[in-house]
Formats: sequence, structure tokens, C-alpha cells
Amino acid sequence: MSLINAPSPHTSRHTDTGAVMRQVVYATLPGLAALVWQFGLGSLLNVLWAVLVALVCEALFLRARGKPVAFYLKDWSAVVTAVLLGLALPPTAPWWLTLIGVGFAIVVAKQLYGGLGMNPFNPAMIGYVLLLISFPVAMTQWIAPGDAPAPADSLALFLGQAPADAFTGATPLDTFRTWAGDAEALAGRDILAGELAGPGWEAVNLAFLLGGLYLLARRIITWQIPVAFLAGLALPALIAHQVDAARFAGPLFHLFSGGAMLGAFFIATDPVSAATSRLGRFIYALLIGLLIWVIRTFGGYPDAVAFAVLLLNLSAPFIDYYTQPRAYGHRKANKGANP
Amino acid sequence: MRANLTLFQRLVPGARRAPTYDFPGGVHPAEHKSVSNQTPIAPGPRPAQLVLPLNMHLGAPARPIVTVGDRVLKGQMLAEPAGAVSAALHAPTSGTVVALGPRPIQHPSGMDALCIVLEPDGEDRWAERRPVADHTRLGPGKLIALLRDAGVAGLGGAGFPTSVKVNLGDHQRVEQLIINAVECEPYITADDRLMRERADEIVLGIQILQYLLNPHDTLIGIEDNKPDAIAALRAACADSDVEIRVVPTKYPSGGEKQLIQLLTGKEVPSGSIPAQCGVVCQNVGTAWAVKRAVHDGEPLLSRVTTVTGDAVARPGNYEVWLGTPVADLLRHAGVDKDRLGRLVMGGPMMGFTLHDPSVPVVKTSNCIIAASAEELPEPPPEQACIRCGACAEVCPANLLPQQLYWYAKTDDFERAQHHNLMDCIECGACAYVCPSHIPLVQYYRYAKGEIRTQTAEQIKADRARERFEARQARLEREQAEKEARRRARLEANRKKQEAATESGAGDEKLAALKKEVGQASSAYKAAVKAAKTAEAQEADNAAELRARADSLKAEADRAKAALRDAKATAPAPAAAPAESSALADLKKAVGEASSAYKAAVKAAKHAEAEETDDAAELRARADQLKAEADRLKAELRDAKAAQGPAAPPAAPAPSTQDSGTSPEKPADTPSVANTAVDEQAAGKRQKRLKGLKTAYNMAHKQYKEAHAAVERAERAGQDSDEALAAMHAKVEKLKAKADHCRDALDALVEQAKADILAHTGKDLKTLKLDAARAESALRDKADELERRRDTSDADTLETLNSELDALQEHAQLTRLALKTAVEEQGLVEE
Amino acid sequence: MTTVLIAIAALLGLAALFGAVLGYASEKFKVEGDPIVEQIDALLPQTQCGQCGHPGCRPYAEAIAEGEEHNRCPPGGETTVEALADLLGREVLPLDNEGAEDASVERVAYIREDECIGCTKCIQACPVDAIVGAAKQMHTVIADECTGCDLCVDPCPVDCIDMIERPVTLATWTWDRPAGIGRRPEQRIEVVNL
Repeated sequence: MSLINAPSPHTSRHTDTGAVMRQVVYATLPGLAALVWQFGLGSLLNVLWAVLVALVCEALFLRARGKPVAFYLKDWSAVVTAVLLGLALPPTAPWWLTLIGVGFAIVVAKQLYGGLGMNPFNPAMIGYVLLLISFPVAMTQWIAPGDAPAPADSLALFLGQAPADAFTGATPLDTFRTWAGDAEALAGRDILAGELAGPGWEAVNLAFLLGGLYLLARRIITWQIPVAFLAGLALPALIAHQVDAARFAGPLFHLFSGGAMLGAFFIATDPVSAATSRLGRFIYALLIGLLIWVIRTFGGYPDAVAFAVLLLNLSAPFIDYYTQPRAYGHRKANKGANP
Repeated sequence: MRANLTLFQRLVPGARRAPTYDFPGGVHPAEHKSVSNQTPIAPGPRPAQLVLPLNMHLGAPARPIVTVGDRVLKGQMLAEPAGAVSAALHAPTSGTVVALGPRPIQHPSGMDALCIVLEPDGEDRWAERRPVADHTRLGPGKLIALLRDAGVAGLGGAGFPTSVKVNLGDHQRVEQLIINAVECEPYITADDRLMRERADEIVLGIQILQYLLNPHDTLIGIEDNKPDAIAALRAACADSDVEIRVVPTKYPSGGEKQLIQLLTGKEVPSGSIPAQCGVVCQNVGTAWAVKRAVHDGEPLLSRVTTVTGDAVARPGNYEVWLGTPVADLLRHAGVDKDRLGRLVMGGPMMGFTLHDPSVPVVKTSNCIIAASAEELPEPPPEQACIRCGACAEVCPANLLPQQLYWYAKTDDFERAQHHNLMDCIECGACAYVCPSHIPLVQYYRYAKGEIRTQTAEQIKADRARERFEARQARLEREQAEKEARRRARLEANRKKQEAATESGAGDEKLAALKKEVGQASSAYKAAVKAAKTAEAQEADNAAELRARADSLKAEADRAKAALRDAKATAPAPAAAPAESSALADLKKAVGEASSAYKAAVKAAKHAEAEETDDAAELRARADQLKAEADRLKAELRDAKAAQGPAAPPAAPAPSTQDSGTSPEKPADTPSVANTAVDEQAAGKRQKRLKGLKTAYNMAHKQYKEAHAAVERAERAGQDSDEALAAMHAKVEKLKAKADHCRDALDALVEQAKADILAHTGKDLKTLKLDAARAESALRDKADELERRRDTSDADTLETLNSELDALQEHAQLTRLALKTAVEEQGLVEE
Repeated sequence: MTTVLIAIAALLGLAALFGAVLGYASEKFKVEGDPIVEQIDALLPQTQCGQCGHPGCRPYAEAIAEGEEHNRCPPGGETTVEALADLLGREVLPLDNEGAEDASVERVAYIREDECIGCTKCIQACPVDAIVGAAKQMHTVIADECTGCDLCVDPCPVDCIDMIERPVTLATWTWDRPAGIGRRPEQRIEVVNL
């Protein structure tokens, strides 16, 4: 007879990193459904393809690094990265674009840094930014809301056999950028035809919000990051909108356009690359939101979740440095990592 | 916070309820308390043997005051407290002390410690009890001594001696006495049942603690998941000033620091104890033990222990004699051996796995969990940290467990300390919630252990440095003192001579001459020495040095002659000293000549043995020297006769006294010059010796360990015969291996020794003994010289000095011989 | 031409000014650091064993400060080499421990007392005065003070000194480092006596 000899605690909450990651994947399903509804099958194809690429890349590199492949694949982190990147890509993206993006995200942004838990940057966003810089045209071609291509067309787009520009149109964020300051022109383009923001996008963002609330309810994520993210985005928008409604879009428009909800609940919440303390996470996400508003309003790109997240990933250690909690029995909180 | 609340209370009528506070973090593990709290406390087993560890408590182990074979009564003290922080140990029942030795004890390492083993006689006869009905009449001092002698220690978990905890200095004021009845760990219900059944006794115990500590408030902290216990306590406390504070169920609200924060809002400053912020915390079980010790005169002999888990048929609480082996307790509760998957002493969050069920129940054992493998399953493999921060959310000490984990993992202990690793209470909440199943607590314990070890090493290094420096200083001082003494002596001699010259109207010329002689002869000696060393080392300038020595010798002789002349012409009063000094000269000459002769004889013998060419020559020289020595001896006899009885009592001539240890001259040292040894072979042997030695040490160690394991197993007596036989076989094999290594080593050493014998004509032992003897003879002589320095006259001293020189030389030579012999044979490591 | 001269003059003037300011600052805010020898000595393990070829740790610290290599301390092991390299800004050299015993095991000298002849040689050899005894009396090692340098072993004429490993006691026992990612933290224990 032999007994288990393990250190305390002898019991646990029976959670598992793989289970946590799976919950994240499930929570993206409403958003994915909305994307398919509004923009056709392209997003679904991209997500599935991205998952396959991610798993193969991860397995190859784990093997090359001499790590147990099955053990690490079970943590589902590659799947999450792939799903998030697949969701962020335009529905018109051809297969090779996804391949490059996901391959780079998994191999360079994750495995070369030492694998799960060691990457300073959000791998999905690294992949996205690489594609955005390398293939700016392909990455900014979105389908006009409501003009969802037929499944056959989506497949043709995915296989790269149909020209993307046959299906694409300007997103509300694009339109606003182009015509900002011209109230009449904006009114004529009915970018605010939806209940909350532009048509199509509000549905997608609402769906991601739903998934995000599920994650909050399951305590997979804490409230600090999404709340601060959305506040950081909405507050400056509200103030600026009050000042000049024609030049600056309102807070609802910002919250329900582009990747705002996806970013707030799924991307900025990636714990590996975020700040760690509670206060630190709040500041971290607040700054991401603010940066998104700044780039959307004054920068060269219509949307900015990826850039904002990466910039703040860079500053996360710095934020942690100054936001350590005061430990029990100490009068002051520690500052810094060094004695 | 408190100020706000009182303001709030003042403003809002009816809001006068106790202020509540919270602590950060915490978890809500499944409670499993109903498994064991349904039945009343039952008596424990009556085992065949009680094993009583001397360190049942925190602090210094108790000192045994009984010996094997003693018959003891129930409640009789077996071991007394040793040191300030310690507690006594008593016999839980009457019986015989059958052993006093190492047994497995309650420790996560699974190591053994000293225990008293008691065999109950079944009569359970009490020793005399001295109940104290009214503790206030005893006075605090005697009451504390009573608690110390009754062996009362914290029954909550740490086992801190209660007598120390209640013995505060006059300057320390206790604002709150907190009775910890929280029992926040899952599974454990010992305090719960105790409170339900013995609330009155607990309250009496609390009153004794109140008397000792004189607190402003007395608060009982209890979780809201024990309604029956709360009701029982409320009833018992009805007419006392003890306040019951019900706290929400959350782990670890029973942690001392957390409970203090919950009830008072105070935080115990890092690195200090609760008393420093005016709080004393006692476990509810301790209060009960205090009452028993004072009012009933019963020392701490038993405790209520929860036995629970899927693998026992009758889970519940048992009043167990201290020292009862867990195995007996489990059998008593109906353990199902086949279902048992994990055996934990303490709670599931902070307890430790038992390596051996023969570990006894001690003062701190509040729970034994005999869990099935499904109930507390095997922990899954550790996964990568995803920095999810769940650990930081639940940490009750507000630490950053994740950062601590990274630092512990990379051995960056300095940073870990900076992140307050030492404030971690090891409650396990972080590891409980970790989705990656990282054994965080073990990482922290590892890091803490390393830090403690490093600190201890640092302290030791500092002490070593101090000792080293002190030693260096001492050596320097001794050197300086010696130097000072030498100078003083010279000075004294000079004065004496001056006085003699003056009083005897002798001229300074004599003194100058003497000095000259002294100088010349010491220069000569130095030169001879240098020459000898050079020869021994076969240096090139040996011949030159020798020549120089000869010329110096001539000079010295000349000086001596001049001195003799001068003395001869000196006036009468100075004659006597001159006479005696001449006598001393003669003596010395005799000594020198005789030792030279002996050395020559030896060299000649040696040469003959080696059949070298110059043997005859050496022999001739020896003869010549002998003649010279004889002549000098005769001269000395004459001189003595001439001087008559007035001559001072001369020390025995060195030639006669030192015949046993007469110095050998370097030129004919046995081993140095004549033996040519193959250095390569020696080096090889040295390597082989070292290898063999390591192999032997390893094998021997393994053998010893295996042997001990077998003995343990046999003592435990639970292994199957095959297993024992297999272990025996293993031991035999290891022993054979060790013996084989030893034999090989011995053979090699013997061979080396034989070689030494062949080369030097002496075996190693003799060489070593020679060296040691020479060394101690030398020291004796030095001592004698030192002793007689002030009492004896000049020429005794001179004789002694010359003897000392000779001895010194001899010691050096033997040392050299030994060293050379050993080195040549590669036995340096021996 | 004048512009060039003016420029040169201005630059020289600035250089002089800044030089003066810097010079003043370096005098005014001078950092009084520990003398380097003290810092080196603090990192050495203080076994005083002499395996570095110096009579004690402090002399070696002085030698290192004067440029000797910092990898000659076998008792300190790799960690000390690294710490010294870090302090001195030198390269991390491989430990120079030819033939030295494994430094990770702490040892203590033990005198087999019935064989001791009382020669006091070990007492003279001990760099930290951790051996007590008198001439022709048995000697013994104060185990707590022994640094395990084994300098007493060679001088013993009758070979009665052993270097034995310090046993782990309840007071010195520490938890093991967890096995790491991919491993289970538990082992199995065979249960006897139940």
C-alpha cells in the first residue's frame, strides 16, 4: 500500500488552466456568430484555419524545444491566441495572411520568448500588427455591414481566388475618419444608422460584450480591466463630443465600433502580458482605452486596439513597479522590484 | 476606520453593534465538517505503547527526568522544560518507561527525534493532583509556573508554550484577549465539539487567562458555521464580560494575524508578535487545558483530535492520550486500509502528509485526515504560470504570490525577501486557487528555508572571520611578547655583566670580548644552519655556505681564545665568573663534540647499510670525533676538579642527558638524500588512494544508511518477510562492497607503508611517533627553559639553550623525514 | 576667421565651466563606499581554509583586489565566483578547484579521541581556534565553530581526524525545491505500521 506524499494544501479548487482557456474560447462564440451574421463565413473559416495553424506551430516548436507536446497543448493557450487573432482579422483575409499572422504569433511572440507565461507581448496582437504593417491593404479591407457575401464567395475569398475589393466597403470608423468635421457629410453617410453606433458593428460589439459578461460572471477575468478599458475610451470621447460633436464621435460610437469590446474583454485581459496588481490592471486598461481614443481620433489608423495593447504591454512591468499592494503588517507599500 | 465607525454609531441610533472588519483575500473551500461533528467526543484508544516526543511544543525540547525502566504514574512529569521557551511533558497514564530514543515524530521531513516510550500498565493510576480552587489566591507568578509545569502549550497549531505567552512584562498592556474559536480549516471539528460539550470549562479557563493578562476586552472569535457551539458559548458566557464575535466563514480567518485584523482592525507589524500591538491570542482548546491544569490539577495529558476522511468508518472526535500512535487512533476509528489514499496530520490546507502512521498524536495534533484517493486526489502536474493573478486575489497577507513564485523559482531570494516573502503565513490559499496547479506554498517554504540557511551561514562566516582575526591578533601579540622578553633578557644580561665588570674592576674589554665571542659563535651557528639547509635541499651554494661557516668558526675560535686570554689576565675577583664561564664553554664543547660524534656514527651506519663508498671515510671521521669528544670530556673533568666545590651546580652535560634524542645531522638524514623514489608512481598511487577512499566512504555510507533502514523496518515490524530479506540482502551487498573497497584501500596503504619502510628503514608509524616525540620533547625543553630563565644562572641557561637548539634541529629533521616519506608514497591524503 | 575664434573660445569656455562644475560635484557628492577589500571579504565564505593559496580569507580578498583571479575559492563554489564577478565587473570564470572535495556538502572535523596523542598540532593548524585541548591531553573539535577547512587533517601525526558530513537535523532541515513544470509535486510513500 502506498500513500500520496504531497505538500499542503491537499485540496484545490479543481480549476485548470486548460479549462480557463476553454471558457475564454466559448465566450467568443457569440461574437463569432455576430461576425458571421454581418460579414459572412470569412471569420469562421479564418478562425478554424488559425486554430489548426496554431496547434501545428505550437506542437512543432514544443518538439523542437524538447518539451512534452501533449502536456503543453492541453493548456489551450495556442487555441485562444489563434481564435483571438482569427476574430481580429478582416473576414476577407485569405488563408496565407492568417498563416503568416498566426505562425508569427505562436513561434516568435510566444515560443521564442519561452512559451506560455513568458511572453511580454500579447501574441495575437503581435501577429495582427505584423500583418497590419506588412499587408496594410489586405488588412484594412472590411466588408460593408449588411453586405455579407454568400458562403461560396467567402470560401473563394479565403482561398484567395476572388479579389477582395469586390466585396469591401468602408467601416464606420473609416468613414468617420474621412469625413470628421463635416457634419453634413457624416449625416449623409448614415454611419450612425444603428441604435448605438454604426450598423453591423454594434451587433458584433454587443455580442462580444455578452461573452465578456459571461467571463466576468465565471470569474475568469476581473472587472478592473474591462471597466477601466471602456472608461478610458468613453470618457475622453464624451468630453470631446461635448466640445465639438461634428469633429469628435460620441462615446457610444467609440464603444460599439471596431474592436472595442473584443479588446476590452478578451485582448487586454490576457493575464500574461497585462499588469498584475489590482490597481496596476486598472491603470493599465485605462491607458489602453485612452490610447485607442487618441489613435482613432488623431492617428493614422482607423482602429488602434492592437497598438494600444502592445504599447501598454511594454509598460506593464513599469506599472507593476509602482502599484504593489501594501502587505499585511507593513506601513508602506513596496516600490520597485529591487531591494 | 474604527473612529469612523464610532462616529457612525453615535449618529445612527441602534447601530451600536460590534465593529466588523475584514481581511483581504481568503477562499471558501468545501467544509466537510459534518463528517466528524455529528457525534460527541469519544474516548480514544488505549494503545500498547505511548510515544512522547520531547518537542511536542514550539521551542527547546524538554529534558527527560526519567530513565528506562522507571515506573511512572498518570500525570507524573517525564521531562522538564529546558530553557525559557519550553514546556513539560507528563505521563498520560501509569506505566513503565521502556525506551528513550529516536522515533518518527510529527514533522513534514519524516525524520526521527528523541522520544520517551511509555508502556501503559492498564491501571491508569493517578499521581497526586493539587487542584487550585481559587486561582486568584495563587498570584500570577505561581500560576504561570503552574502552567509551565503542567506542560500547557497552544493546542491550535503552533504549540507555543502558554506560560510564555501569558507572561508579559509590566510595560506591556493587553487591550484585547482574543480566544480563537474560528477553526477555519475544512474537516476539523475538534474545537467545535469541545465548545458544544465543555463550554463552561472553556469559560473558566478564559477567566484564568483574563486574570493573568488583565485585558480591556475579551473577544471570542467564532465562524458562523458553528451555530451550536455559538449557542453553547453564549449560554456559558451569559454573566461574564466575554464578548462573542461571530465572523463570516472564510479561510483563513482562524490565522492569528487574520483574526486579530477581523476583530480589531489592527495589523501585527511585520516581524513582531501580537503582544506588541496589545493583543494576545489563545486557542479555545488552550483555554480548556488551562482550566484543567489549574482547577483540576491535571497537566496536559490528552487532547481532542478529529479523525475524519472517507477511509475511516467512525469519523468523529476522540479524546486521545498524547503519544498515541496515529495508527492506533486510525484503527480505533475503523480505518479501511484499502481505501486510504492520503494521510494528513492537521487540516487539508496547512497540514502535512504523514510518512509513517506510527507518528504519535501530540499537543498540536488537532486532526487526522484519512482520505481516500478520490477525496483528496493526486495533485495534477504543475503547469506554466499564466499570471492570472488569482493567487494575489486570495492572499490574506496582501502579498504578490506570483512574483514570489518567480523569484523562488529562479533562486532570487533577495528580491523574494524584498517582496515580503517572510510575511507569508503559508495558508495555502494561493495554491488552492492556482489554475496551473503550482505548489506555490512549497516554493515559498523552499525559498524561506534557503534564506534561513543562508542567514545561518552568513552568521557563521562572520563568526569564523572574527575568530580568525582574533587568532591572528593573538599570534602577533604572542610574537611581540616573546620579542619583548628576549630584549629584556639581553638587557638584564648586559647590565649584570657591566655590574660584574665594574665591581671586579675588570675592564670593559672583557665584556666586549664576551660579546664578540657570542656574536661570532651565533653567526657561525647561523651559517652552519644555512649550510645544512642548503645541503638538504641540494642547493648550489651549499659549498660556499659551508666555507663561510668554516671561516666564521675560525673567527669564533679566535674570539674565544682572546676571551680566555683576557680572562686569564683578569684580576682575581673576576676570576670566579670567568672560571665558571670557561667551564660552561667546555661543557658546551663537550656537548657539541659528542652530538657530532653520534651523528657521524649514525651517518656511518647508514652509509654502511646502504653500502655507499664513503662509509669507511665516515666511520673514520666518527672515530676521530669520538676521540675529540673524549678529550674534551677529560678536559671538562679536569676543569671541574680544579674548580672544586665552589663551582656552581652544573646542569648535566647534554651529551649524557640527550643520548636518546641526540640530533641527527642533515647530511645523513635517513630518507632525504639517499632515497630516489619514482615520483610518477607516487602520483599515481596518490590518485588511486583518493579514488578508493571516496569509493569506500560512499559505500560505507550507503551501507550504514541501508542498515539503519533495515533496523527501522524491523522495529516497525510491518514489512513482509520477503521485503525484509531483500533489504538484508541489499545491506549485505553494500557491506561487501564497502569491505572490498576498504581492503583495497588498506592494501594500497600497506604497500605505501612498506615502501616507506624500504626507503627509510622505519615504518610510517615509527616515523610519525618520532616526529611527535621530537616535537613534544622540544616543547618540554622550551618550557623548562622558560621556567628556569629567571632562576638559573647563565651557563645552565646556555646549556639549556644549546639543548633546545639541538632538539629543534632534530624535530625539524624528523618532520622532514616523515613528510618526505609520506609524500613520496602518495600518502598525503592519509 | 573671427567666427571660428569665437566658436572655439565659446566651446573652451563651456568646457572649462562644465569641468569646474563636474569637478566640484565629484568632490561635494563623493560616495563613501566600502573599501573593495571589505566587500570581497564579505562575499568569501570565511572557512579560512587556505585552498586559494593565501593564509585565510582576508588575505585572499586583498589579493583579489590587487588583481588575482577570483575563482580560487572551492568552499565558496560557483555562487561565490559569480558574486565576485558581479561585484568586480569581471568575467565569471570556471571554479579552479582541482582535486578539492565537493563544496556543496558541509563537513566538520571530528577527532577520534581514543587515538589522539595530544600533540597540539591540529590546535596550531586550526585557523579559527575551533579545537580545544592541551599538550598530552586529548583534543576535541568545537563542532559549531568548525568551518570544515580540513587544515587540521594533514598535521595530525596519528591520523585521528576525520572530516565527516554534517548531518541534517530537524533544525537544519528545509523543504525541497518543487520538481517544476510538467511534474507532479507528490511522491508515493510506502506505508508500514498500519
